[in-house]
This record gives sequence, structure tokens and C-alpha cells, in this order.
Amino acid sequence: MSEMSKIEIRALRKRFGSNEVLKNINLDVAKGGVVALIGPSGSGKSTLLRCINLLVAPDGGSVRVGDTRFAFGDGSKLPDVRTLARFRATTGMVFQHFNLFPHMTTLQNVMEGPVTVRRMAKADAEKLARAQLAKVGLAEKADQYPATLSGGQKQRVAIARALAMEPDVMLFDEATSALDPELVGEVLNVIQQLASEGMTMVIVTHEIAFAREVADRLIFMRDGVVVEEGPARQVIDNPQEAATRAFLSHFHRTGALPPANATP
Amino acid sequence: MYQWDFGILWSYRWLFLNGLGVTVGFTVVIVVLGLVFGLFGAFGSLSRFKTVRLTALTFIEAFRCTPILVQLIWFYYALPILAGVEMTPITASALALSLYGGSFYSEIIRGGIISIDRGQSEAGAALGMTPGQSMRRIVLPQAIKRMIPALMNQSIIQFKNTSLVSVLAVPDLVYQSQVAAHDSYRPLETYTAVAVAYAAILIPLTILARRGEKRLAVSE
Repeated sequence: MSEMSKIEIRALRKRFGSNEVLKNINLDVAKGGVVALIGPSGSGKSTLLRCINLLVAPDGGSVRVGDTRFAFGDGSKLPDVRTLARFRATTGMVFQHFNLFPHMTTLQNVMEGPVTVRRMAKADAEKLARAQLAKVGLAEKADQYPATLSGGQKQRVAIARALAMEPDVMLFDEATSALDPELVGEVLNVIQQLASEGMTMVIVTHEIAFAREVADRLIFMRDGVVVEEGPARQVIDNPQEAATRAFLSHFHRTGALPPANATP
Repeated sequence: MYQWDFGILWSYRWLFLNGLGVTVGFTVVIVVLGLVFGLFGAFGSLSRFKTVRLTALTFIEAFRCTPILVQLIWFYYALPILAGVEMTPITASALALSLYGGSFYSEIIRGGIISIDRGQSEAGAALGMTPGQSMRRIVLPQAIKRMIPALMNQSIIQFKNTSLVSVLAVPDLVYQSQVAAHDSYRPLETYTAVAVAYAAILIPLTILARRGEKRLAVSE
């Protein structure tokens, strides 16, 4: 598996002060694989996700995405800002609170990465950005500012912005948690479409039914450790650990996905 | 009842105009220099390195927490003895006023930068921007909008603070009006006219600033 894997995390550790949030985490994501990370808040799943693109610097262990590997702890120096930036350019991230740039139009938001980071010519970047906006169904919102969009639309722009960097890997950090329930579906649809196109993805989510549908592997974390891991359907339908069972009992695990966008 | 006679000031018009020119020119210099010091102070106080941070904070607090009049006198009389450099009154007062203003500009700029949600620079970093790129492209354009009203305000205060340079015999508007008042025995008319001159320049500026503020608020 590790021969083939796109993402490989080994013995990852992270503490914030006296709080050990990640304790010896191992994780492999195959090329084209979709892994869902679930668990109660404070379980360390968001921190783990942020360690994959090194938005959070781990204290120990190693992180590999594609051919780039970083080791941490025991005297190994933290990578410098340029190395980090180059590495992050190959991974896309979508945040819970969208984090769109409010001083730029939707189109400019999506063009920003290609123009500033990839030094793409403006005309090419615009073509690429318009294509990505069309892909998430928002071509006609190109010249609007984020403040005028709904939450679901904002998150789709954020996905387009990440995709415009043409990343190898997409990371989703509770991408639907800040949305009104009726807007969740339109975002999940976009993520599902990406999965079907073979994008390698790690998804932190509370949408258990969605995880069951879209993810091929599921990881349940609690208190900084992986409690249970396996094929998504198997873990959700038939959890082996008591902690997993207790957590999943709070959710509807099956059934239809939230309704697709009743496009306004 | 006092008999006002503003007509008497007409013969001093060139003196006043000269002083006004010095005051305005001086303000431009100390606002520009002050902003430069302010930028250094702000980025210094946000630095990753502790020594840089402490140096910047020491500078900011030293100038923020002592009176400008004392600084002016100290820069002219004390610094030359300590540092062994002669300074003209103009250099000494430009330096003191710029550093004094810079300490306040620092706090305004620093406040503007840290008021921007961390998620913004995180989103920049996630796209692969270096910290410098995300500061230039993402954080500063948003922060500057928030800083502008406070920067305008501080610059207005800077304009009025130039009146203090008259204690070092820099020939600004206040200094020249002292000359006129002594010469004409008409201090009431003289200082009233000076007050009106300051207000006549600042009131349109404050109106412009307020308008600009409103326009920025709309585009948020």
C-alpha cells in the first residue's frame, strides 16, 4: 500500500502546550482515494488535516505527499517558508469558514493562486478560473464579491479557488459545518463529483451519510488517536469499537444525501 | 469692550504666509517620515524574532508615553551632547515629531494587520503563498482600508503638533505670529487669525476623511 499511496503519514505527533492533540498517527491515502476523518470535536481530526499541508507544523513523525517528504522532531529543522509554500501549492484546502478574500471578486479569488503563486499570465489564469467557476456551477457569479453570495456559493467558490492550483490532493476541513442545512447538498455534490473524477481527498466531516457514500476509507479519531479504521461502509454499518458505536449513534448513518441544490 | 482690528494684520501677510508654508511643508515631511517609522515599528512589533519585537516595542512606548514638547527640547538640547552631533532646530524637531508620530502610526498599522482574520492568511498559505505574498496580496489590502480613518486622524494631530516647533525657533506659523504679535501689540487678532488658519485647513480635510471612510464602508 505505501508503495502506491499518495499521502503517507507516519508516527505523527503534535501538542499544543500541555495538550497532546495527535499521538502517533499513521495514515495512508491511495492515489485517487477518498478518506473521511470523523470524530468528536477535540479529537484532533482538524489538526491532522492541517498537518498534511503543514499549516500546522508537527512535533514529530513524517508527512509525505506525492514525492515530497518532511520529517519532524529530533533535531530536524522546520522547512523554510519557500519550501513550505512550494509544497502547499500542490495541495488544495477548503476551510469551514470559506476564508474567501473579501476585497476580490469571485473571479479574482480563483485567479489569485495561479497569478501570484504559479506566475501564470493573467489571461490564462482568467480562462482557468472561469473554467473552475463553471465546474462548481457559478460561472455567472464571476464578477460579484463574496459578500453577495450565499454560504453554499461561497464554499463552492472556495473549492474552485483551491482547484485552480491544479492540486494533487484536496483537503476539506468541515467544509459544510458552517452552512445552513439547505445549502449543504450543493457543496457535497461538488465534492462527490471530484471524487468521481479520481481526486485524492481527505475529508473532515460530520456528514456521516455523505462519508458512507463518497469515502472509500473511514477513520474514526478520539483524543488524538485513531480508534478505528476501515472501508467506510463497513465501519459505519458495523463498527467494531465501542467508542465508534457510541459516536455513530448520534447520527443518521444511511439514507439519501441532503437534497441537491434547488439552484436559486 | 475690546476694539477688534484685523486690518492691522494685512501688513504681516507675507510673514504669515511664510509661516504657513513652513507649517504645511513640515507636516508633509513628518507625516511621510512618521509613516516610514510606523511601518518599521509595526512590522517590528509583529516580528517572529523576540529581539526585534522588543526593540520595536521599546521604541513605540518610549515615544508614545513621553510628551512631545519634552521630546522636542530633549532632541535639540540633550541628544547633541549625548551623541556628539550638532542638529539644526529644523532637523531636531523633524526627527522628534516623526518619531513621535511614528509610534502612534505603528500602533494603528499593527492594529489594522492583526484585525484581519487569521483564516485569510491561512487561505493564502494554503494556496502556496509565502508569508510576504500573503501579507501583500491578502492582508494589507484589507488592513489598509481599516487603518485609513485612524491614520488620517493621527496626521491631523501631527499637523497641529507642528505648532510646538516654535519653541525651538523654527519659523512656522505660530513662531511668525509671535513675531507679528510682538511687533503690532495685537496678540488677540494675531492668535485668533492663526487659530482660524489651522481650522480652515483641517476642517475640509476632516470632511474629506469622513467621506472617504463612508465610501470604504460601503465597499466592505
